[in-house]
Amino acid sequence: MGPLAQPPPHPGSQPHEHRTPTSRLELSGISVAFGGVTALSDVSLTVEPGQVHGLIGPNGAGKTTLFNVACGLVRPSAGTITWRGEQLRRLQPSKLTRLGIARTLQGVGLFPGLTVLENVMVGAHRHAKAGFFSALVALPASDADERRLRERAGAALAELGAEGYAGRYPGSLPYPVQKRVALARALVAEPDLLLLDEPASGLSEDEMHELGDLIRSVCTRMSVLLVEHHMDLVMRVCDRITVLDSGKQIAAGTPAEVQADPAVTEAYLGDDVDVEADAAALTGHPTRTDGGRTHG
Amino acid sequence: MTDSQTPSGAGAATDEAPVTATAAANAPSAQATGGRSFLPKSTLLRHLLVLVVCAVGAVILLESTSPFRNSQFATLSYYAIAAGGLTLLTGLNGQISLGHGALMAVGAYTTALMLDVERGEDPLPLPLILLLAALAATVVGAIVGVAAARLHGPYLAGATLALAVGLPGLAIYFHDTFGGEQGMTVRAPRAPEWFTSFIDTVSGNPASGTKWLAYVGVVCLLITYFFLANLVRSRIGRTWRAVRDQDVAAELAGINLGTWRVLAFTVSACAAGLAGGVLAIVVRLAAPSGFTLVLSLSLLTAIVLGGLGSLLGALLGSALLVFLPPFVTDLGTEWGLNSTEAAQLAPFVYGVVLVAAMLFAPAGFVGTIRMRWLTMRAKRAMAASAGSTSRG
Repeated sequence: MGPLAQPPPHPGSQPHEHRTPTSRLELSGISVAFGGVTALSDVSLTVEPGQVHGLIGPNGAGKTTLFNVACGLVRPSAGTITWRGEQLRRLQPSKLTRLGIARTLQGVGLFPGLTVLENVMVGAHRHAKAGFFSALVALPASDADERRLRERAGAALAELGAEGYAGRYPGSLPYPVQKRVALARALVAEPDLLLLDEPASGLSEDEMHELGDLIRSVCTRMSVLLVEHHMDLVMRVCDRITVLDSGKQIAAGTPAEVQADPAVTEAYLGDDVDVEADAAALTGHPTRTDGGRTHG
Repeated sequence: MTDSQTPSGAGAATDEAPVTATAAANAPSAQATGGRSFLPKSTLLRHLLVLVVCAVGAVILLESTSPFRNSQFATLSYYAIAAGGLTLLTGLNGQISLGHGALMAVGAYTTALMLDVERGEDPLPLPLILLLAALAATVVGAIVGVAAARLHGPYLAGATLALAVGLPGLAIYFHDTFGGEQGMTVRAPRAPEWFTSFIDTVSGNPASGTKWLAYVGVVCLLITYFFLANLVRSRIGRTWRAVRDQDVAAELAGINLGTWRVLAFTVSACAAGLAGGVLAIVVRLAAPSGFTLVLSLSLLTAIVLGGLGSLLGALLGSALLVFLPPFVTDLGTEWGLNSTEAAQLAPFVYGVVLVAAMLFAPAGFVGTIRMRWLTMRAKRAMAASAGSTSRG
């Protein structure tokens, strides 16, 4: 059994207060065109505070594009992004954490030349207080700041059960552990909105299950927007789901509503397959706990 | 839970070493490994302790060697100052610069101009002049850095190459101020009274001008490395390495890439300017021929040989640059080569050393040793844990 399933260990030493999430992300009427090719047309979704919002769809549906719109990497040709009641325009990726938004990268994106602990400490960048000059002359303030960042990073690693790897370099770690470290790096920024880009890719069934528990546990502190193609994970952890196909929004609602939607089944399965069997695979998961994989 | 505590498997012996050669010589920032240490916990105290030990070592070294060696140490000090700044830029931040020779020229010409006063007049105090030299290069470096922050790899190399080639040309163009091709002769400042009495009490050696300049160089070197080491081991150094390793992820962590790249370039230029100032008073000349592309390339080879991103590596690489050629030349004459042949042998051997290092120790001296050491430590830890399991 991997360590992800563990509850956050020492609640007393955790730097973050128990906050109730209040921030809402609204994307409305988003369209994106890449040189004449329409990647998204008129898509709207709202991530409610403290909810886990899933974004699913077949390959090429525009999930990642929408995701990149939400965090400012891609500028939409039409539509508005509203975060905490204010419209976001010309969003620089480096300003994201200051707005309380953290995202993970598809793949891992860890810094190979930094130890695991240092990787997570970089994630806590926005909580750093000591500036250049106190670092230049090594003032005690700089040391104290480092200690604070180290404690934060340590707590984030502990929450994900990766504290044993603190001194190691990411390149030497198994892929699932790297994913945990990447998640810790996003969580240590203490965002109000966490954008997760395919967090389950490359994970085993057990690890995916633990990841689901973890996502459910962090959404008491933040909202989560999740892009994922592992249907069982999405159905289990999401409060609401938006389904995209070919750049258009074809369904939205609770997991049960989405599963019942014939448009979704069709988009996922097409016409020339055994619709009934695969539809069963699509809907059969929310109650499963044995972690068995049935769709393929 | 056990799988996260006890790393095991075939690759475990090398698990603690960084995978990339670029990162091999970068020690993690302050105590990020959580290892035990007998040194003080405070970064300031630890670095001051090292500084004092190095200062004492330097005095012993300079007083126990000949005046010729003293002048070599003066040369070493300006190479090492510039290389230290460059290793921070290239090793830690991942930006290449072929233009550091030109930034040294800015410092050298500033120093030359400041010391070029009418007979009878006193120039500004030497520390102030060197500070101004560093400042002038910092300003130029900041401007270049703003342009450089938008460029990568070969484009950045090209832009800084233009700086290396173009800037010394300015000295020829404005020959009335900068003395054209001949350059400016620098009136090296005299050793002050207290220095003479200091040397007299320490060793009784004659306090020559050469010795004074060697001390000036070494003091500048120690101060520079103290500040650079502080930066390397702080959040600043870590952020630079993050920008080098994965710019997208760094940006998502709230790091403004441009700002941090410009900062690295500026700090690096400051060191280069100070190095140029020291060069000017040691060589007693600031001329375009002293700041060719060869100088910039030598600095790069020095930091690569020493181990990118390591200050100790920059120092060792510079030492090789300064001490290897005369050593080889001496060896050549001993073997019966005439003086021309012996002199030609030096660049050849340096080239061979460079190629051999890239083949057998691509992470440089410090990087290779650090990887070996981490591997050895991991092996020992594994053997220890294996021993305890078999007993238990």
